[in-house]
Amino acid sequence: MLGAAFLGQGFFQALTQHPFLQYALLAGVLAAVPCGVVGSYVVIRRISYIAGGIAHTVLAGLGLVHYLQVVHGFTLISPMTGAVIAALLAALLIGWVSLRFKQREDTVIGAVWAMGMALGIVFISLTPGYTTDLMSYLFGNILMVTAQDLWLIAILDVVVLAVVIFFHKQLLAVCFDSEFATLRGVKVERFYFLLLGLTALTVVLLVSVVGIILVIALLTLPAAMANLFAGRLRNMMILAGGLSAVLTTAGLALSYGPDLPAGAVTILLTGLAYFGAVILRQTIRPGK
Amino acid sequence: MSEVTRGEAAVNEAVLTCRDLDFRYDRHPVLQNVNLAIPTGDFVCVVGPNGSGKTTLLKLALGLLSPSAGSVLVFGTTPARASRRIGYVPQHPRLDPLFPVTALDVALMGRLGTTPTLGPWRGKDRQAALDALAEVGLADQAQRHFADLSGGQKQRVLIARALAGEPDLLLLDEPTAGLDAHVEEGFYRLLQELNKRLTIIMVSHDLGFVSGYVKSVVCVGREVLVHPTSAINGQIIADLYGSDMRLVRHDHRCSEEGHQC
Repeated sequence: MLGAAFLGQGFFQALTQHPFLQYALLAGVLAAVPCGVVGSYVVIRRISYIAGGIAHTVLAGLGLVHYLQVVHGFTLISPMTGAVIAALLAALLIGWVSLRFKQREDTVIGAVWAMGMALGIVFISLTPGYTTDLMSYLFGNILMVTAQDLWLIAILDVVVLAVVIFFHKQLLAVCFDSEFATLRGVKVERFYFLLLGLTALTVVLLVSVVGIILVIALLTLPAAMANLFAGRLRNMMILAGGLSAVLTTAGLALSYGPDLPAGAVTILLTGLAYFGAVILRQTIRPGK
Repeated sequence: MSEVTRGEAAVNEAVLTCRDLDFRYDRHPVLQNVNLAIPTGDFVCVVGPNGSGKTTLLKLALGLLSPSAGSVLVFGTTPARASRRIGYVPQHPRLDPLFPVTALDVALMGRLGTTPTLGPWRGKDRQAALDALAEVGLADQAQRHFADLSGGQKQRVLIARALAGEPDLLLLDEPTAGLDAHVEEGFYRLLQELNKRLTIIMVSHDLGFVSGYVKSVVCVGREVLVHPTSAINGQIIADLYGSDMRLVRHDHRCSEEGHQC
């Protein structure tokens, strides 16, 4: 604990001197908003596997745009935009599959998941130069966040909050009991795709914080922790967002001194916090 | 007998009408040649063994399934058009027990379709949901978490959700599955009370228990027989379930085909 405090102190000193650390910190805090809101929907609607599929196809978009940039001098869109397009396409494809082929849903999602990843790896291997880019895509590099990325995250915050304020009733009903929502005239499939679209955008943002491999943990674990203590969806979202902000900040602070990967440290902290929360919940209210 | 003499007039005032209804699932016939008319104000129990098609009949009435042949009319129109007038109550164990909602949150969902699409619930919605919770005896439980309620209370919340939409017809799918006998009794008394202003159609596998409360029984085998206002005899039950069951007496009403009762 003393060591952690010491490391943290070094971090806060560095924070005042290095803008890249300020960007990183701000990225984690801004990303906590969609993480808490969308993560809660993903947990209560039980679509983490779908979110995982979307996350891994992001590599195809990142890899393709990166390849086009380096090899063909293509500068129309950035790798981040490529990732957004890939994630939205994956969300449409997986959503369609899960609505039409309920029985084989997980198999098909697994196939999309693996193919997206493989496609990304092929493009990255075709791209001359260092393969450190692959590592930062897979495991995240929050220290590389640019001012442009921060604007993108801030815009998504506004989009997510607006959608939730406008359609909270319908989204809640669709997640709780989609059959009943259908009978009340809610266009359930449209809201399902809306939810998957928001999930795709959130996943892309979180990829820049913790990377493709670890993104599902950051998306779902704070929400799962919040679900243990919050009895209403709105409180669950606020608590999940707060936990996410604290955990990404702590991950950044603790990884800075010993020069460890921030994404991995954040996820380790998140996992420990989750198991701690489960034990705490069992102690407070056993049997639930 | 009354159905036969009332003829077309009865069809017009019927809440639910099935005409020559067939439903096949992957070419396997589930329901064949169903003809029935349920009048306004009825309290109907749909019974039959597991896999007999009683839930299928309910889903056809809700418009969640479409007939392979024939027609289903609710309030004289398609189930989809009538959906605002139908209150649907599913089985509560089908829902996620850890879902983060209060009893009031659940009851409010019944207001969808009656309230503007965009933005939060209106005061009117909140009032309707609270009234519905009061009607099912849960006025003081509105802010409790759905997860913390007992099975019987959860089922009542789902009725309140249906009532919040101000329906004219209540459709219930095995509402007492998994409830204790004394809870079940209170539940049927609540339905009897609601039947004073609503038509109720309820699916149940347990004919013995409900017979004291309902007005008529629809038996679903491979075909559907309506038993209005007279006694079901042991032979009908044996035919339906393939074995002896406790004999029940209740009022009996005949279908248009003049089912032998």
